Amino acid sequence: MITPAKKFNTDARRVATDVRHRGLIQTALRKYEAARDAKKSAFQDWQSARQVAAETKWEAINHLDQYLEALVAKLEARGTKVHWAGTAAQAREIIIGIIRQKNARFIIKSKAMTAEEIRLNAAMEKAGYEVVESDLGEFIVQLRREPPYHIVFPAMHLTRDEIGELFQRELGSAPTREPEELTMIARRVLRKKYLTADIGITGANFAIAETGMVSITENEGNARLTAALPRTMITLFGIEKVLPKLSDLALFLPMLATAGAGQTITCYNTLYGGPRQLDECDGPQEWHVILLDNHRTELLADAEQRDALHCIRCGACLNVCPIFRNVGGHTYGTAYSGPIGSVITPHLRRLQDWKHLSAASSLCGACTETCPVKIDLHHHLLQNRRNAAVQKPARWERLAYRVFAFAVNRPWLYRFSQRLGRIFQPLQGLVKGSPVDPARAWTRSRDLPPLAAKSFKDWWRQRS
Amino acid sequence: MSERKNIMGRIRAALRSASSRPSSHGPVDYALPANKTSAGAVQQWLPLCGGSFEEQVEYFRTQSAELKTDFQLLSSPGEAQAALAKIADAEKWKRVATHNGALTDAAVGWLGLPALNTTGGYDVNELESCDAGITECDALIVQTGSIILTSRDSGGRALSVLPPHHVVLARREQFVRDLSAGFECVRNKYGPDYPSMISVVTGPSRTGDIERILVLGAHGPKKLTIICW
Repeated sequence: MITPAKKFNTDARRVATDVRHRGLIQTALRKYEAARDAKKSAFQDWQSARQVAAETKWEAINHLDQYLEALVAKLEARGTKVHWAGTAAQAREIIIGIIRQKNARFIIKSKAMTAEEIRLNAAMEKAGYEVVESDLGEFIVQLRREPPYHIVFPAMHLTRDEIGELFQRELGSAPTREPEELTMIARRVLRKKYLTADIGITGANFAIAETGMVSITENEGNARLTAALPRTMITLFGIEKVLPKLSDLALFLPMLATAGAGQTITCYNTLYGGPRQLDECDGPQEWHVILLDNHRTELLADAEQRDALHCIRCGACLNVCPIFRNVGGHTYGTAYSGPIGSVITPHLRRLQDWKHLSAASSLCGACTETCPVKIDLHHHLLQNRRNAAVQKPARWERLAYRVFAFAVNRPWLYRFSQRLGRIFQPLQGLVKGSPVDPARAWTRSRDLPPLAAKSFKDWWRQRS
Repeated sequence: MSERKNIMGRIRAALRSASSRPSSHGPVDYALPANKTSAGAVQQWLPLCGGSFEEQVEYFRTQSAELKTDFQLLSSPGEAQAALAKIADAEKWKRVATHNGALTDAAVGWLGLPALNTTGGYDVNELESCDAGITECDALIVQTGSIILTSRDSGGRALSVLPPHHVVLARREQFVRDLSAGFECVRNKYGPDYPSMISVVTGPSRTGDIERILVLGAHGPKKLTIICW
């Protein structure tokens, strides 16, 4: 079987040298950067805002039991059915159980990374139900039968021409490459779906303990429709989404939009506090909220990395990460990519299977610097590396360092190796990067600096 | 129920070890300005949006222009009537959708068009075929250029997203400075019996999912007009 690490290496090598991919990502992210910087500079004090956001999340996560109890009590008091899912399998079972009980056939879904995490769509399709993604980017990648490329911009890796061809092939639409026309094609197709869907599934961005509300952020209005038209609404989110107070959103909504997409605020930020109430004219008759653990409590138990649960999934760390920009979102092979994905995936899945993600980092700290809730991302990558090594020491690496330590602790041996190096380096140049090169892993895409003809010590001794 | 107990048990066990507060680590040890916990304190870090009513309206106007919201501040109901008639003419409205309300009732009278009233229930296909959804709102938020609407006082969950043009009728008194003040408005109005949906709407529906190029009307309305007097 091909391991996630091997697959990561192969895919990373392929994507990093793909000039077309590079061009697309650079163009998209340049636009993002300009917009983000403009919106950030409108804040009177972005750094203080980050600090307050981090402290608010700290408060919520470090008293998670209390806030969850309050949230659930308030939700249930208004007629919402709350379900607890310890694992991804349990969450899938609960959701499919609701669908079955409602005799539903057709499901419309708005964007939810948690659903990607538990591979909900595949499970629903396997159970015989039709599910359609309504977010335009998600709709596009669903038609391509691939996972979202980025947690905020799912179809960032595609050109308008590719999307035009895709729509022509899959939807039978007239050929066009205009984003406006393509969007209208999707709008028309999805409108019909909305009017016939039995069940709407959404994710959530924040859950307010104080008032028992769930907040959903989106630009397109598809989550609004998902929560308005079908008779049954299901909302799935991780237990870490809780915020203490309604007024906390006054800070978090603008920060999420600024960091995530370079907007002052996202187009629709909607709070749901229950199913349709007695005096209301529409909305679902039933609302099911599913609270997902799926190893989040293990991350919570790691006091050192607990702040990774502060994440509001804005995607800002992906956008600034030199690794993400080079290897692309799909290479990670995980629901959450980029620095935050590299930090949390080893906790959500298995450390030994996913430790390679923490090594795929330049440790430049750009992620930590940009994170609106101040997660100490690049240090967590180091901690993952350490934890992986403690759990399962790498013998060869250990041996190599021992040999190195042995040599550098003995000046005569060190000088001898230098001399050997000076003799063999020119010879190595003849086979550089080829399969017989002993340093191939390094030299295939990099140069080794030439050793100085004379060491500093020799020069110092001979200088007079 | 048992899974609830399991998860809560794991959370409580996990929280037995303490984690350090955000200010004590991180790349920059940033000292927070005082009074961070007082109500409305976030105002000191968020963007400035003017002090006087005129300045705030100007700020809202700038935000609206950027968001492609058609914002019209008028001085009388007569002007509002004319503005609405002009849009109805230009877009050749045949039927509109609306809900019970002082401003919306007046607007239906001005327009003299057939109107679907969502208060008390409606057929979704009929709503889908209307040319515009006309609603009231709970507040206009200066800082973000948004409106707040609710399922109870803006005609339900779908009226403001299903028709292609969303027209909001509002009064000058409804301007509030920021989101905190907007949420306070909602809280004061409804108390504990809040509507099941409270939406902060900022500009017409949009997407940038194709090459980050802005397209309006992805799923919701292609146009958002705010008529205020």
